[in-house]
Amino acid sequence: MNPTARTTARRLTSFLVGLAALLCLGAARAQQEAPDVLVKNVTLEVVDIIVKDKDIKSGDRAKLIQVIDQKVLPHFNFGAMTALALGQNWNKATPEQKKRLTEEFRTLLVRTYASALAAYSEQKFDFRPLRAKPTDTDVTVQVRVLQPGAQPVPIDYAMEKTASGWKVYDVMVGGVSLVANYRTEFSNMIRESGIDGLIKNLTAKNRSLAAPEKK
Amino acid sequence: MVRCIVLLTSLAAGGCASLGGDDPRDPLEGWNRGVYRVNDKLDQYVGQPVAKGYRKVIPGEIRDRVRNFFGNIGDVFIGVNNFLQGKFADGFNDWVRVGFNTTVGILGIHDVATDMGYEKHDEDFGQTFGVWGAGSGPYLVLPVLGSSTVRDGIGKGVDFYTDPINQTRPWEAQWGLVTLRLIQTRADLLDASRILEEASLDKYVFQRDAYLQRRRSLIYDGHPPRQKDPEDEPDSKNDGKKAD
Repeated sequence: MNPTARTTARRLTSFLVGLAALLCLGAARAQQEAPDVLVKNVTLEVVDIIVKDKDIKSGDRAKLIQVIDQKVLPHFNFGAMTALALGQNWNKATPEQKKRLTEEFRTLLVRTYASALAAYSEQKFDFRPLRAKPTDTDVTVQVRVLQPGAQPVPIDYAMEKTASGWKVYDVMVGGVSLVANYRTEFSNMIRESGIDGLIKNLTAKNRSLAAPEKK
Repeated sequence: MVRCIVLLTSLAAGGCASLGGDDPRDPLEGWNRGVYRVNDKLDQYVGQPVAKGYRKVIPGEIRDRVRNFFGNIGDVFIGVNNFLQGKFADGFNDWVRVGFNTTVGILGIHDVATDMGYEKHDEDFGQTFGVWGAGSGPYLVLPVLGSSTVRDGIGKGVDFYTDPINQTRPWEAQWGLVTLRLIQTRADLLDASRILEEASLDKYVFQRDAYLQRRRSLIYDGHPPRQKDPEDEPDSKNDGKKAD
């Protein structure tokens, strides 16, 4: 294996940590809190919980998901994420379909984050200073995950100011946008079997992940 | 062994060549999916079991040393690539890393340079060709090595020929090192591949898109220009969030 593949390995390990850090955007924080402060506080709070909680450390996935629900989810705009991932197809969906899609997509993302967070192993974070004007309503908050012997992995949170505080609508881990990465999958599936087909697929995927772990 | 893989690969690819790709970035999708399927089986029955065993038997502390050792060797040509891309400060940084890690870090097993503020970079010949203006060409899944493009595949060839490990003699030592690096790499990827499995509806598509996004970001060193893609954006502003 060549150096590219090797760095790919380290980078992907860190990708997990990246997803883990993404989880860490939680807690009912004051709405006025600056977006970079919010990211930092929530990241540190959630990491602190998972490092100390014995149940989570020994693999209690349900409890981990509960932490995500409480601390992280309030800071995400899943409606916007789903709309972005669907692209133009979003406009063709009925309100009921939009609701189902958002629910299923959220479940899938939460499970993925839980899985990533479970792989967290005490990596350090480098919270970058926010480069934005105080009047900006759409900013990118940058965090880097540091690991000895590997290139730091950047995690960018795209955040928008809303009436209920700053909300994340996309996360880029190592330059890979989560929302953009689902776009092709979703559009392929819709072309093959329509929006209902996509909903069915997402539901089936979530159900298979909810089944007790085999390994 | 290699011939066997190639044969299997062509069989698998032939079997589904009718699956013509409709993604403009992936005109070879039929072929690629075939190779992907063979790689996946190979990984399932050889790669993963070996990597899991390695992770179980070898303590994390030792695995860190192994990772650092190979990382240090990689830094030599990461530096060369930074120079070729005109990033002289970065290239200098990489070679200073090699200097400290090889000596103070005892043949690279300790990454002392990172603690001294010399960050590790991620460069290769595929990226250098990209910086020089070469387009990526079609997406390409390589046997065993996995995700690539025509440009990055050629880059990997150059990486391979310049890799100090591949000049190691006697060749028993070379194969020992190559194998160890391969196992270490796969072990480092275990968590990532599990998440890929869980997160994706179509693993092939998910991995391809992530690879293409990642490589684009790397060529611009983390600051790629925004790609306008208005057709993909929902029209109604109150429903969706704009991307730009």
